[in-house]
Amino acid sequence: MRVEVRLFATLRRYVPDLQVGEALTLEVPEGTTPRDLLAQLGIPPDDVKIIMRNGRHIGLDDPLADGDRIAFIPAVGGG
Amino acid sequence: MTRKILRINMTDLTATYEDIPEKWAKWAGRGLTTAIVYDEVDPSVHPLGPNNKLVIAPGWVSGTPAAPSSGRTSFGGKSPLTGTIKESNSGGLSSQKLGRLGIAAIILEGQPKDGKWYYIHIDKDGVTFHDASDLLGKGMEEVDRIMWERHPNEPAVIGIGPVGEHLSANAGISVNDPENNPGRYAGRGGLGAVMGARHVKAIVVDDKGGPGVEIKNKELFTQGRRKLTKAILAHDITKPDGGLNLYGTDVLMNIINEAGGLPTRNFSSGQFEGAAKISGEMIHEMVEKRQAGMTGHACHPGCVIQCSNIYPGPDGSIIASPIEYETAFALGANCGIDDLDFVAYLTKECNDLGLDTIEMGNTLAIAMEAGLIEFGDKVGALALMEEIRKDTPLGRILASGVATTARVFGVHRVPVVKGQSMPAYEPRAIKGIGFTYATSTMGADHTSGYTIAPEILGTGQKVDPFTYEGKAELSLAFQATTAFIDSTGYCLFIAFPILDIQEGFEGMVESVAGVMGWDIGPNDVVELGKEILKMERLFNERAGFNKEHDRMPEFMRYEPLPPHNVVWDVPDEELDKVYAWVHEG
Repeated sequence: MRVEVRLFATLRRYVPDLQVGEALTLEVPEGTTPRDLLAQLGIPPDDVKIIMRNGRHIGLDDPLADGDRIAFIPAVGGG
Repeated sequence: MTRKILRINMTDLTATYEDIPEKWAKWAGRGLTTAIVYDEVDPSVHPLGPNNKLVIAPGWVSGTPAAPSSGRTSFGGKSPLTGTIKESNSGGLSSQKLGRLGIAAIILEGQPKDGKWYYIHIDKDGVTFHDASDLLGKGMEEVDRIMWERHPNEPAVIGIGPVGEHLSANAGISVNDPENNPGRYAGRGGLGAVMGARHVKAIVVDDKGGPGVEIKNKELFTQGRRKLTKAILAHDITKPDGGLNLYGTDVLMNIINEAGGLPTRNFSSGQFEGAAKISGEMIHEMVEKRQAGMTGHACHPGCVIQCSNIYPGPDGSIIASPIEYETAFALGANCGIDDLDFVAYLTKECNDLGLDTIEMGNTLAIAMEAGLIEFGDKVGALALMEEIRKDTPLGRILASGVATTARVFGVHRVPVVKGQSMPAYEPRAIKGIGFTYATSTMGADHTSGYTIAPEILGTGQKVDPFTYEGKAELSLAFQATTAFIDSTGYCLFIAFPILDIQEGFEGMVESVAGVMGWDIGPNDVVELGKEILKMERLFNERAGFNKEHDRMPEFMRYEPLPPHNVVWDVPDEELDKVYAWVHEG
């Protein structure tokens, strides 16, 4: 299956050529979880504060589905 | 030196230093502006008339040595935009300088009998009144520059642009930053018009040789500020090279967009396809690419977070400072504009003319919805700003904010509560912030109860943004805690570390207790905050507001918001829970 992955703020450093707002399209096996994606991208899970799937918060071990839009976000704030 | 109230009467051009009456003695910052407005301004007065007042107060710790990120100045009065009580606070140079002069608050009242305009200079020797006729019509960039040329010691300049002189309802109050740029604003609620109605163009504050802030218990103060500083420097959000320091508040653009809660094209969608182009990451990239400007800028001396920025243009010259998330949302996403340079040009116009960027961007979106120009028309948006600069009738309408502009042009999708337009979080997709917008004593305002922290950012705790259960209690807890923090002089962003790090929360309270000589702890924060909220709420009731004004705009109840296709489905009784305590016990 195929998922779309976005990395924000400091996490973009793990994929050096990734442009601001650019999505990675990854071909992954059925049952893949956010934790698997992070392992594939070389991102330590401790660096990730928020995971969103299609605009909703999910956990590290929730299985993903074909066509999901995934966002990994570190600790951020503002106002 | 004991703190004093500085009462400046513009009717007879006098300035008197008064002892703080017992009833106000414990307050500073927002608590003090609110207490003074509550006691001295009849809630039925016209905001622009002779009987409204502008109250300016530094926080408890402002001006003390090495209290981190403590440069907020509170401005209070009755709002021309909302008709409610108003407190709007700003960074910049003024708070610490007022604190070091021993001034607890300035009460600016009256109107000159001769109809002339003045600027006011305050230093250790007292107050002088100066003819401001040569400053009239000038933007804040020029006013700040002239004030630094005329007066030594790089003073704080609190001022209003041309829209403040015109008494427009969206006039903010500018405070200069350490580079003497005018971009720090007590923007919301039209307090610039309240200052303009006193015929005061600027207040210049020079603290050289001032007595400094009296600290009753130095040991406790020092212990507190150390604990707080440690928490700020340790927390992932606020630490050096953390999200705020590197990318500024606009780091939220991509996140809130991802959550489907970014108000876009006059609140018709929760996602903007151009969000990344106007995000904090892009600001950071442009600063690096153009080798000019900066991120990690401090809006006042002694800030350890440093979330501000100075944005450079294509040729390396500076366009504007700062580009905040709220600014980029309002002048960008909500107008369908995805060009960061134009967001900066529009910001520069707002900062110079003296406009709140949130209300202005949302007003341009109303003009787009009305068909004056198309959504995304960045050149047209700048042309509308020029109408304000030229002071045309259309410019006057636009400078009056969202509600007025929508009424004039027959627009029914009007994202306001109590006359003030909504900031950068869609309440249909993030319900808790809707509770704050609806019930805040200030009109729609995110800072007054920032439930985004637990609903989206996972700070403090994690709660589901799409449900409304428990949100009344959550919003009240945030509103009360915020009222306390707004009184300290600390930047509200200290809330991120202290929500997660208990020692930091203790440190904040201990630093305040040390200054005031109090014996209070973390458990007293919410109760003190509620005392402030109660005064504000009672003022509003006497000004004619009741729970029926604590409601969301009708269109949000029937227009599903993409991409989640959610409506505002919160029962009114849930909203009424937030302030039910005011009349109970």
